[in-house]
Amino acid sequence: MAKKVTGPEIERLIQLLARVPGLGPRSARRAALHMIKKKEQLLGPLAAAMSEANDRVGLCSTCGNADTSDPCTICSDPTRDQSVIIVVEDVSDLWALERAAAMNAAYHVLGGTLSPLDGVGPEDLAISQLVDRVSAGGVRELLIAVNATVEGQTTAHYIIDQLGDFDVRITRLAHGVPVGGELDYLDEGTLAAAIRSRTSF
Amino acid sequence: MEWRDEGIILGLRKHGETSVIAEVMTRGHGRHMGIVKGGRSRRWQPVLQPGNSVSLVWRARLDEHLGQYQVEPTESRAGRLMESAVGVHGVQAMAALLRLLPERDPHPRLHDAFAIILDSLDEPDQAGAMYVRFELAVLEDLGFGLDLTRCAATGDARDLVYVSPKSGRAVSAGAGEPWADKLLGLPGFLATRTDPCANASDLREAFRLTGYFLDRNVFEPRGVPRPVARSGFESALERLLDEPGTVIAGQGG
Repeated sequence: MAKKVTGPEIERLIQLLARVPGLGPRSARRAALHMIKKKEQLLGPLAAAMSEANDRVGLCSTCGNADTSDPCTICSDPTRDQSVIIVVEDVSDLWALERAAAMNAAYHVLGGTLSPLDGVGPEDLAISQLVDRVSAGGVRELLIAVNATVEGQTTAHYIIDQLGDFDVRITRLAHGVPVGGELDYLDEGTLAAAIRSRTSF
Repeated sequence: MEWRDEGIILGLRKHGETSVIAEVMTRGHGRHMGIVKGGRSRRWQPVLQPGNSVSLVWRARLDEHLGQYQVEPTESRAGRLMESAVGVHGVQAMAALLRLLPERDPHPRLHDAFAIILDSLDEPDQAGAMYVRFELAVLEDLGFGLDLTRCAATGDARDLVYVSPKSGRAVSAGAGEPWADKLLGLPGFLATRTDPCANASDLREAFRLTGYFLDRNVFEPRGVPRPVARSGFESALERLLDEPGTVIAGQGG
């Protein structure tokens, strides 16, 4: 049996780091060693930042975004068009759309998609909160920006069913050829969707 | 252990950071799970979508192991299905029905019917009636088949308009009249396979009929709710049928 080379505190740090997406036991060990070597510049500030984030971070009661204030920075931004709501599956999707900076709108994070295999039903998602937001008035357009998967689109159609009685324009992201995509490498489903959604030059 | 088969993807579950557990309705091995290594990559995500047909090689050290799938696409339907509410709700509703079957129990008839209906889902004039027949076939394979060929009271094969909620057998108009308020309606297109009709009200009645027996015999005893996708599929079909001029399932002219 291999002898222990570090104390339980460092072993615990490595074990916790190994749970972070993208890190395995080996890379967690490397990251932990790097932080220990740079204790003043990295380990201390990182621990303080994590502690502070742990104390203050939460989900926005309006849109479900993760932030340190409630309502979140996006919901309390007066320069955003709050009459347009972009519906996303997860906070990571919200961040991705913000990186694109294509729309200056509000968001609504569902917290996942309807997934019978994982036992995720409508009551597990923030769909009723979305209906409440729309019924409160002031919403002109709802852009459903869920993933182009069958589960994502099932969720989108379920939301459309729930909002059938409201006078709101419901739109969705286009499906088709990605920027830099070579037709030869695309699957038939994507190509067929792109042809069906063709636009005039 | 190793076998090759064809199948249709029913659903996926994330496994680690790069792989998925695929649930596939195979033709010869029933509803079967397996790990697809790298299944979350950009290359495999479009292939591993519910409704797509795939060719499979399953390998495991022992038969009872989860095993690993090697997948090759044979027919991509997901992109087309995602275009309509009927498509996405239809594939999810049928996947939910197939999940009622025990794992690794072959049902080639249901596999074939699933493929045919998936190919017809973008033609709503056929989808509804085929889906209802699919529900009846699932009930039959689960041991709760309905007898819609003869009247339970008289044995007559004509004029069947009711179904007994107790026995699940058809009842003719004359024999069922005194208990009409207690009997379920039997739409014409289910009573006689040659009857070329399935209008909107027939379809509503058919959904009510199969829904009753699915609830009583399957969902309630198992303590599971009716799949959300089923009601989504029904209302998506209804919306299409309410549009003037839309007909379904071989409606005669």
